[in-house]
Amino acid sequence: MTDTILKSNSPVKLTPKDFKSDQEVRWCPGCGDHGVLNSVQKAMAAMNIPKEKFAVISGIGCSSRFPYYMDTYGFHTIHGRAAAIASGVKSANPDLEILQISGDGDALAIGGNHFIHAIRRNIDMTILLFNNEIYGLTKGQYSPTSKQGMVTKTSPFGTIEQPFHPAELALGAQSKFYARSIDTNIKLTTELVLAGSKHKGTSIIEILQNCVIYNDGAHALITDKETKDDFQLTLRHGERMIFGKNKNKGLVLGGNGKLIVVTIGEFGITDQDILIHDAHNPDPHMAWLLSNMTAPEYPVALGVIRDVAALSYEEKMVQQIKDVQAVSTIKCMDDLLNSGDTWEVK
Amino acid sequence: MSQKTKIIEKEEVVIRFSGDSGDGMQLTGTQFSDTSALFGNDVATFPDYPAEIRAPQGTVGGVSGFQLHFGHKEVNTPGDFADVLVAMNPAALKANLKWVKPSGTIIINEDSFTDRNFEKAGYESDPLDDENLADYNLIRARVTSLTKECLKDTGLDQKSIIRSKNMFTLGMVYWMFDRPLDHTEEFIEKKFKKYPLVVEGNKMVLRAGYNFAKTIEALPYNFSVAPAKIKKGIYRNITGNKATAWGLIAAAEKAGLELFCGSYPITPATEILQELAARKDLGVKTFQAEDEIAGICTSIGASFAGNFAVTTTSGPGLALKTEAAGLAVMTELPLVIVNVQRGGPSTGLPTKTEQSDLMQAIHGRSGECPMPVIAASTPSNCFEYAFSAGKIALEHMTPVILLTDGFIANGAEPWRIPKMADLSSIEVPIAKEGDNYQPYARDKDKLARKWAVPGTKGLEHRIGGLEKMDVTGTVSYVPENHQVMTDIRSERIRRVANFIPDVPIKGNEDADVLVVGWGGTYGHLTTAVRELQAEGKSIALAHFHYIFPLPKNTGEVLSRHKKVIVCELNEGQFAEYLRAGFQDIKFKQYNKLQGLPFTVLELKERFNQLLEEK
Repeated sequence: MTDTILKSNSPVKLTPKDFKSDQEVRWCPGCGDHGVLNSVQKAMAAMNIPKEKFAVISGIGCSSRFPYYMDTYGFHTIHGRAAAIASGVKSANPDLEILQISGDGDALAIGGNHFIHAIRRNIDMTILLFNNEIYGLTKGQYSPTSKQGMVTKTSPFGTIEQPFHPAELALGAQSKFYARSIDTNIKLTTELVLAGSKHKGTSIIEILQNCVIYNDGAHALITDKETKDDFQLTLRHGERMIFGKNKNKGLVLGGNGKLIVVTIGEFGITDQDILIHDAHNPDPHMAWLLSNMTAPEYPVALGVIRDVAALSYEEKMVQQIKDVQAVSTIKCMDDLLNSGDTWEVK
Repeated sequence: MSQKTKIIEKEEVVIRFSGDSGDGMQLTGTQFSDTSALFGNDVATFPDYPAEIRAPQGTVGGVSGFQLHFGHKEVNTPGDFADVLVAMNPAALKANLKWVKPSGTIIINEDSFTDRNFEKAGYESDPLDDENLADYNLIRARVTSLTKECLKDTGLDQKSIIRSKNMFTLGMVYWMFDRPLDHTEEFIEKKFKKYPLVVEGNKMVLRAGYNFAKTIEALPYNFSVAPAKIKKGIYRNITGNKATAWGLIAAAEKAGLELFCGSYPITPATEILQELAARKDLGVKTFQAEDEIAGICTSIGASFAGNFAVTTTSGPGLALKTEAAGLAVMTELPLVIVNVQRGGPSTGLPTKTEQSDLMQAIHGRSGECPMPVIAASTPSNCFEYAFSAGKIALEHMTPVILLTDGFIANGAEPWRIPKMADLSSIEVPIAKEGDNYQPYARDKDKLARKWAVPGTKGLEHRIGGLEKMDVTGTVSYVPENHQVMTDIRSERIRRVANFIPDVPIKGNEDADVLVVGWGGTYGHLTTAVRELQAEGKSIALAHFHYIFPLPKNTGEVLSRHKKVIVCELNEGQFAEYLRAGFQDIKFKQYNKLQGLPFTVLELKERFNQLLEEK
């Protein structure tokens, strides 16, 4: 799918290279962010959107250095506030294509409020949530997605906090688009950034990202060559939820409302029994079940988990202004100044 | 209508309406002031209400007041003391008696003077029996029962009947001051358009009150306050908050930009957001954010994207916006931050006035983080200074803090409507396609960088909170560059002084005493100084609107007088600020922290004392 889009004859002829800025990329060697940067540049080149229409907006953290490496309009803002600032950018200029970059600390801790409210409003932007389950830039403290018990510099005896599942938080805020990828899977990330951009409204793309220095191997079960096929399920709309090294595992819905991993060919299960992914289902129940699957009990769901159409905030805002302007007699400031109760002193 | 009654001409009158916060006193006061303004008087008003929407009924804490001052001459304050007090219950009497002039008139709703209400108000016995009231012209009116009687056959429900009792007192006061009823009648017709019965009921009660006052001859004469001699033109009444909102819209229109306001509701600033939200017809975009931080952050985003962006708040909200304000300074984006000051630290006195955010506005950010600070001084000139804040922000590419306060924000006065064509132009330094754009290249005069709006081909660039290299705008940790950029950020704000007017002086340049004020104390200071000047005293006033940077003639003005006294509703923040800048001048202070404006009386006492000191 990605390849066909990448080869589409777009009138705006851009290559990933056109999106590389002259700044030296300063992430650690081996950092997952490099792969994401490549994926995003590939996706942008394929979007058929002129370069000047992009605004890349980030908060603070390792991943938030992103805008400096992109030759687009970019804004490296303050910790946690990128979603709010991006909301303002999009409302002020709905023609812009907004890519908002945040990490798990930035978006879910200090910026948690802005994250959920941007989703609730459904402002048209693509939020790339780099989830490495650690604070990297401040050198290794636990984050809101760190697994309980994890030993970090601020949890020398293990964290006692429950982690957030970002998808659960987003769905609670009525997210209409949720997708997930892995930093090293450039093909899938590119595809998802394109899908997120196409979706009108707030698109969340969670990227399971590896911090080689402070949390190496956080997603190992899902990413290691030997295990990944059994612990990844790449969802595609209209296709059956089949996974595994031998493509013989699948998901069915149990009588208790829980998803069950089954093996095709065992206990009379055939591929016809496996659930078909419906990303466009407005009911978030299945999206919740799929996005909350964790290894090793389940495979981790990748791909577009939810993609439901809805009007975006700025579409409604622009329409409301048009509607009011159509009926109001006040057309300019002089009209307003002289409206209502006035009197003349002669 | 009142031809038989003797009419006494008065120069000015102060009326204070007071009652429970649900008694409709704000509406009653507003109606009287609008009617007086339409009649041609100069008017100033001061709503004084509790923070609770419906505070415990009948208690002193729940008393809502609305004071208005109207006159044949120039009126600059809502007046210190009332000629007429309307007290709808014992608590209102208790809370306000000290504000009534000796021999003033007090109208009470006798129906509410019950043992139960005495207890709630903290009276041990009926205050009306107290002989202290003998010095006043006390009018006992059974307002509730007369209203009920008047409306008993209308079919209106009991709740609506009782609610309209404020119209009875309004009618009474209209008779006392020989005012026409038509404005209020039209208002009632408009407001209750959907409920003809309510319209009829309210109008009946209004007229009943008017006739009642006439019948009982509430006063042995009725007062007339002739229209003031004011400048020709079209006028309207306006509150400070509305004027602020309109000034911002005017600046956007003048600059040819869309206006964006990201904001979070907070007393007493909320009406600005409300007014802007209502102005979709002028294309205003309002964004009611999830918190104060998102309020300013969405505005910074909108500014980056090319809108004229503003955010509105009050003191504690300004504290929350501080970090983002630093980002706006670092990225040199235009932004107006309106702070409608209120009383106290923390939640403090949210509905009361104070000027204690001055230091927060000038200095309250991390790092060396300068931005211009300006202050409006009257309800109507909030328009002018909001416009000016926008002009400075857009032309100098900087965030600007506009200070107003609860007193001028809620107060109203007649305002001569300006014409947009008469307002100065706003020249925005927008970079164009084809420009050889460097994010931190600057013009020579203002040292302002250019605004390259996303969407403009070829001007792609990155900005952010990290220190940037001079001219190129790339991230820089070079020590010498940080010095250069810090110096530029400071110098470019100082240069705003080249583009603002001198501080005017009211009175003689060689007056013995110079009174110095800033912001919303203008009305009281100017009245006190004017009255003393009329008495032949050697006193002058310098009132500041441009706080940081100060007007260029400030040092010269301050150094010409033997004694300088800085008056402000805080512990002396402006005085401290002036001391730092003008170390050879000895500044005296006069300060007040009661959540209330100065009174002209107390100012005059202090100034007289200072005039007499050797």
